[in-house]
Amino acid sequence: MAIITVREALNSAFKEEMRDDPTVITLGCDIGVRGGPFGITLDLMKLYGKDRVIDTPISESSFVGAGIGAAATGLRPVVEVLYSDWITLGMDQLVNMAAKMRYMFGGKVNLPLVVRAPFGSGGGIAAQHSQSFEAWFNHVPGFKIVAPIEPYDVKGMLKEAIRDDNPVIYFEHKRSYAVEGEVPDGAEGESYTVPFGKAAVRREGTDVTIIAYSMMALRAKEAAEQLASEGVSCEVIDLRSLLPLDYETVMESIAKTNRVVVCQEANLRGGLAGDIVAEIIDRGFDLLDAPPVRVGALNVPTPYNKGLEELCIPGTENIKAAVKRALSDE
Amino acid sequence: MNGEKAMQVIREAIPCLTDRLEAPKGLPLEKQVDMFRKMCLAREFDTKVRTLWMEGAIYGLAHSYVGAEAIAVGACAALEDGDLITSTHRGHGHTLAKGADIKAMMAELHGKYEGLNRGKGGSMHIADVDIGMLGATGIVGSGMPIALGSALSAKVLNNGKVTVCFHGDGGTNQGVWHESINMAAAWDLPAIFLIENNQYAIATEIGWVAKETNLYKRAIGYGIEGVQIDGFDIFKVYKAVKAAAAKARSGGGPTLIEARFVRLLGHFVADDQWYRDMEKAELFWMVEPIVRMKDYFIKNGLLKAEEVDQIQAEAIAEIADAIHYAQNMCSEPPESILYDDIYANGEIIV
Repeated sequence: MAIITVREALNSAFKEEMRDDPTVITLGCDIGVRGGPFGITLDLMKLYGKDRVIDTPISESSFVGAGIGAAATGLRPVVEVLYSDWITLGMDQLVNMAAKMRYMFGGKVNLPLVVRAPFGSGGGIAAQHSQSFEAWFNHVPGFKIVAPIEPYDVKGMLKEAIRDDNPVIYFEHKRSYAVEGEVPDGAEGESYTVPFGKAAVRREGTDVTIIAYSMMALRAKEAAEQLASEGVSCEVIDLRSLLPLDYETVMESIAKTNRVVVCQEANLRGGLAGDIVAEIIDRGFDLLDAPPVRVGALNVPTPYNKGLEELCIPGTENIKAAVKRALSDE
Repeated sequence: MNGEKAMQVIREAIPCLTDRLEAPKGLPLEKQVDMFRKMCLAREFDTKVRTLWMEGAIYGLAHSYVGAEAIAVGACAALEDGDLITSTHRGHGHTLAKGADIKAMMAELHGKYEGLNRGKGGSMHIADVDIGMLGATGIVGSGMPIALGSALSAKVLNNGKVTVCFHGDGGTNQGVWHESINMAAAWDLPAIFLIENNQYAIATEIGWVAKETNLYKRAIGYGIEGVQIDGFDIFKVYKAVKAAAAKARSGGGPTLIEARFVRLLGHFVADDQWYRDMEKAELFWMVEPIVRMKDYFIKNGLLKAEEVDQIQAEAIAEIADAIHYAQNMCSEPPESILYDDIYANGEIIV
């Protein structure tokens, strides 16, 4: 095993897939010569040339759409949207083309497209650079959505996304690039992938199930560790894949704990957590000993000021409070 | 309106109107006849679609390609088999011209399981990717990035394929239009952006929303060649696309072609066009593409009037067959296919 960062995990996944499959290309702003604003695509242009690693103009609507057109005609494009906030510009092409072309065409086309979308909040980048839009894509039939956080999953799921024949929205947390974790080295490190639709139980517990993904999965682990010292036993599930979503693992855990907290970093209203809670109620209302509790950002645009920003973004303390609420009999 | 006054109105709308059709050198008569046959099929297809829609046999929305046949047929005749096209909401003519099965097209419009898209697309999403027809689309201008991506594939895969992006004057005012042409030009991609300038976006005249209505001039801004041609003249379309395709294939990058004409019928099949000056609108039937090609064959002694009539009669019969097939020999899609093809490889995520 080797210890690598999320940044290195993404970069090595790219390098291996582009080396092994000449139809893999990547396009986005500043990803070639500069290697991407976050250094994710470093050296790719040197290795695979300007035809396959393309510096685009600032034209998200059309370069996202170009990814779709290229996917329909024999390539496996990975499109980078510099900050996921600007995926709004490509939304028409994603929602009205990528998500439904195969269906509208009666199955006559495959769209092996990956859209990499750095999301998440923190660091004072304010309202237009801090958003998390995964719920929007969950609402539209036709996408797969993943949001891994551990380097092992980050690498294995990017490779899986590139090999998948469907449009995949790949959310990577923009403050996770230096997060470290174990990844197999050598041949095993190059060959493994992480299948979609399987959650990972990060910590076993008996009192409350905490469901989270991306940065909130790390926060949930912290919360569970701290609560353990107070005598509360939490089971932490890192969803990794949001669509498909592993309700089997979720419901197995709830059958054991009978209490659940669902966490997201996005604004709470209309979010994935609400959708997950609804599904849990549909599948196993009788398993619950207490109302499910949701954790999410306050329903305000992310403010610039550090103090105000901290008030909005959910963290370890919010999760701990939610667990306590789930355990109270109020 | 007298003849001279009428021609003045027509020339004002279509300054590039040609006096007479002239076949490109070396284009065999057999191919010219095939082009005529395809135009007749496209005309009859959409003429009948309108009737069928009025009768309630065709569900949803349908937009007629009547009057624009020279553009789809002329352009597709100038392409190679492996080349690709993107279409608009008005896509029957493009699909037919690219060579799709007409019976399957008609079945699709009837929502049948045997339809080109299993009855899931209908008129506005008709597609046949296997023959390089990348789909009609209900969002105006949205084929531009798809064509850009298709041309990008051709460059990366180095497969020599050219992509023609058909779109209307309405599409030219979308942001993606500018972005896509800019990128295709910057990277010398093998794309042809073909504006079907029928001068109407539903009821909005192009001159109300664009200062410069000679849309080909926009090419200058992107550093590519722009040409304006008579969109009612099939040979002009053929020649322009042939030249643009040769240029694209040899690495010369994209061309912007403005095929200028005037919409002959309503925006969609039941649009009565109360907003237009109908006396003027009717004049353009004098220069519509099928009449002009018919005259060309007869006046040049290439075909006898009876032979031309025979081709038209055969087209009418073929469309009647297609309607018979769609209405009597096809089935309703079973409920069991509802979730099929949201995802590839048989995967179902509920």
